[in-house]
Amino acid sequence: MTDMLLEKIGSRYDELYGFHDPEKYTFKSSRGLTEEIVRSISGYKAEPEWMLRFRLKALEIFQKKPMPTWGDTERLESIDFDNIHYYVKPSERQERNWEDVPPEIRNTFDRLGIPEAERKYLAGVTAQYESEVVYHSIQKDLEKEGVIFLSMDDGLKQYPEIVKQYFGTVIPPADNKFAALNSAVWSGGSFVYVPKGVHVAIPLQAYFRINTENMGQFERTLIIVEEGASAHYIEGCTAPTYSTDSLHSAVVELIARPGAKLRYTTIQNWSKNVFNLVTKRAVAYRDATVEWVDGNLGSKLTMKYPAVILKEPGAHGEVLSIAFAGDDQHQDAGAKMIHAAPRTTSVITSKSISKGKGRSTYRGMVKVNKGCEGVKSSVVCDALLLHESSRTDTYPTMEIAENDAQIGHEATVSKVSDAQLYYLQSRGIPEDEAMMMIVNGFIEPFTKELPLEYAVELNRLIQLEMEGSVG
Amino acid sequence: MRTPFLQIDDLHVATEGKEILKGISLEVPRGEVHALMGRNGAGKSTLTHALMGNPAYQISKGRILFEGADLTTLLPHERARRGLFLAFQYPTAIPGVTVVNFLRAALKALRGADVPVREFREALMAQMAALDMPKEFASRYVNDGFSGGEKKRLEILQLAMLTPKLCLLDETDSGLDIDALKIVANGVNTYMTPERSVLLVTHYQRLLNYITPHKVHVMSAGKLVQSGGPELAKKLEREGYEWLSSGEAA
Ligand SMILES: Nc1ncnc2c1ncn2[C@@H]1O[C@H](COP(=O)(O)OP(=O)(O)O)[C@@H](O)[C@H]1O
Ligand SMILES: [Mg+2]
Repeated sequence: MTDMLLEKIGSRYDELYGFHDPEKYTFKSSRGLTEEIVRSISGYKAEPEWMLRFRLKALEIFQKKPMPTWGDTERLESIDFDNIHYYVKPSERQERNWEDVPPEIRNTFDRLGIPEAERKYLAGVTAQYESEVVYHSIQKDLEKEGVIFLSMDDGLKQYPEIVKQYFGTVIPPADNKFAALNSAVWSGGSFVYVPKGVHVAIPLQAYFRINTENMGQFERTLIIVEEGASAHYIEGCTAPTYSTDSLHSAVVELIARPGAKLRYTTIQNWSKNVFNLVTKRAVAYRDATVEWVDGNLGSKLTMKYPAVILKEPGAHGEVLSIAFAGDDQHQDAGAKMIHAAPRTTSVITSKSISKGKGRSTYRGMVKVNKGCEGVKSSVVCDALLLHESSRTDTYPTMEIAENDAQIGHEATVSKVSDAQLYYLQSRGIPEDEAMMMIVNGFIEPFTKELPLEYAVELNRLIQLEMEGSVG
Repeated sequence: MRTPFLQIDDLHVATEGKEILKGISLEVPRGEVHALMGRNGAGKSTLTHALMGNPAYQISKGRILFEGADLTTLLPHERARRGLFLAFQYPTAIPGVTVVNFLRAALKALRGADVPVREFREALMAQMAALDMPKEFASRYVNDGFSGGEKKRLEILQLAMLTPKLCLLDETDSGLDIDALKIVANGVNTYMTPERSVLLVTHYQRLLNYITPHKVHVMSAGKLVQSGGPELAKKLEREGYEWLSSGEAA
């Protein structure tokens, strides 16, 4: 509506989030995926035999499974699996103290503000730099209570029997092609175990970064919260920008035992060439609650549908998500709720913002199995379009096998209105800031669920994304 | 020579291709309250929007001078920074943005500097108390789900917090019960100082029982058809607008 102002800060994204350190790695697999690479990853990590077999089986499934035939197939087909490094190990040891972390890695973390975050309220940090966790600290109190918070690799080393019992049970390798890929080459991620009745008061945090051109990152997270226990796990990602395509394909498995409460918060900001194809699924037992709080920014294509299997009566699942689709990006995100027991309840709240030629898709599924009476589910998806060229689509699937299920579905598509912009402008606020305020207001139901630092960081990221939206 | 405060010269304004204002000239000196009256559809709101710079209204002719400077081509936020404020007839909802954050952002934008949190909070609480607003009001979303009366009160709260030089009030009295009307009138009277001015749009006389204007102007079909003292408002109250329209095209 105006042709003025807006000093374009240009590529401040690069300056602020696109920085990268010179590559310096102790081991980097060659490009492409072969049985030999899978064997060498497992050997390098000195894994138990069963894990190697698990990986090899998964590789076989990956190679046989076709690509998904739904979603943004055109972009999916452009992934060149032969041109990806499947494993990079940045330094030999796993670090515990900040001072021990190699300077160039520390430098990267410094710019992401991690030490501050740690000083403020850390329960424990596992920062994933490349494929391996290099920095990891756990607050003493947690250890005393028997809470395990390790990298997945260390979890496997130190607690092989727990890992073996649960690993791949929520998301088996055959679930989909990308889960199979992750199962074959996974590295890093978090392993969390909260014993019966323990309430972890402070959020458990992990940071992830990709730093090698053409390097896939395949982290694997497994969280088990035992009966009556509770925890909040947070993961934030900021990837640097690179010219060729990177692949991020994680698998996250959550298990909430009877009466447990688990919240999993993610904010991901991938650089614009990353394929972000993630499988996230939780199982909630009797009266347990699982909440996915999921923010997606950046990437070339994100496909992510956090799911909760409500396995026993009284279980409750929630997904609260936002997606920001910048110019030429596609955020294909949503949620799945499988009501597999009576009196289970679920809430899905999905918000998306599309800018320029950005495209957001809500793809969701609510399923109520036969014999599951007294189910309640509510789905709300709101899309905000910033420009005429922006696009949004909604694909809600409902499979309801019981008549008494109470299912609500609401979808809205809105545009930033001229009346809103004018109202704010008439109070001295320039148009670009007014636009930002309206967008922040739109995602407020999401940000208010975040710890303050994360809310601030998210607003900053969105501000960067919004640059050049006006004028 | 004295520089006029607000001076409107032969203003022609169109919206959606239709000319609404057909040559308005008006002066509001510093320190004065002027009332602008007229029937529904006369063009009163159009004038306030043209003054504030609403891009939906195009000025085809004439100009707006404020403290000697030509505002005609300035953007709304630039006019606000010069000291203009419009209390909207139909305020807009901004979901997800709290009253407190909105006011702080506006104050910061107008001053060009951050406002100390504590000082701001105290001022806000005091002003809200004066307008008989509960504390929780500050954490509600701007105009989102507000009643008509709450919206009008929020406009007056903004006026009190942002302290502009010139306040345009567009039907701030409509839809208010007598108690709310008194509170709003009191807000406007408190705002007024010899340095500030008010252009008050209304089509009832009742607000003028609490705020005494220096002058009253009457609009009809996009033109000013009459100006006078406070007695003009009383006459309109008694006799309606019919006697004015004799010379007008219906
Ligand atoms: N945005 C608009 N689009 C079309 N017509 C408008 C618009 N705003 C005002 N008008 C028309 O302009 C005339 C004056 O309206 P307005 O300024 O709102 O009058 P008042 O405030 O005196 O009631 C009316 O005929 C109205 O229908
Ligand atoms: Mg009006």
